[in-house]
Amino acid sequence: MADTFSGLINYWVAIALMMIGFYIVIAQGNLVKKIVGLNIFQVAVFVFYISMGKVKGGTAPILDDSIEVYSNPLPHVLILTAIVVGVATTALALALIVRINRAYGTIEESEINEQDNVLDASEGKP
Amino acid sequence: MIIISLLFFMTATAISMLWLRDLFAVVMLSGIYSLFAAVIYMVMDAVDVAFTEAAVGAGISTVLMLGTLALTKSKEKVHKKIAYGPLALVLITGGILVYGTLDMPHYGDANAPIHSHVASRYIEKSGLEVGVPNIVTSVLASYRGYDTLGETAVVFTAAIGVLVIIGRRKKKRKKTGAVNDGGDIA
Repeated sequence: MADTFSGLINYWVAIALMMIGFYIVIAQGNLVKKIVGLNIFQVAVFVFYISMGKVKGGTAPILDDSIEVYSNPLPHVLILTAIVVGVATTALALALIVRINRAYGTIEESEINEQDNVLDASEGKP
Repeated sequence: MIIISLLFFMTATAISMLWLRDLFAVVMLSGIYSLFAAVIYMVMDAVDVAFTEAAVGAGISTVLMLGTLALTKSKEKVHKKIAYGPLALVLITGGILVYGTLDMPHYGDANAPIHSHVASRYIEKSGLEVGVPNIVTSVLASYRGYDTLGETAVVFTAAIGVLVIIGRRKKKRKKTGAVNDGGDIA
């Protein structure tokens, strides 16, 4: 039981972080906060992946004659790519927020919906 | 032990991001969160990932978000109390994921399936085939070079997207005049 706990606690904390991020994305109305939540989720997935790549007693995967055991380099490569792509998507999302703020004058989801409803009513749409 | 305490700090940071209303504080905390993640990667032997996270995740992301706050608003207006529907959904999802981890190989297990296929080949042969001591660099630039090329294409597309969405503000204003972007509906 204690063995299971210490062996899996990393994964569980990563899942808890993912769920905090998920909750911020779906329950908070502020658009910038939603993006922060998405970032929390993303980093939690990275921590999960890197945890899986670690080998007990291993070192960083840089070749040297004096080293016997290396950690798995493959998750590191995948996450390296994911971090850069993640920043690209964050930048695009933030640009959209700036554009939304320019059009609606607010970055709160509820106020944007309200303005849309007023607009729809004035145009006679259902 | 050090990993558990770092994960505890990360969780505390994430929860305070959930509660705080001041968006400036939330953005700074997200930078701190990324730095904690970078330290965790360092402890877990992922040195390349650690410095990328510190530079890109904690650096560039935070700067981009601060720029967004400067152009928009830095206070959250509507602060919702606990929303029970999303909370239930999150708890159920989390429960299913935790159930999924129960038969996973434990942390640091050298016999886990993830270490048994292509990874050992990279460790044994990349030094001879590519000649770079850093295996992550060999895989990133040589074995999975096309993947990295695709990544560059994604970053390029995102940069163009950002320019198209927010670029050339002044010209647009002059051309469209008062009817700009539906901004007068309120």
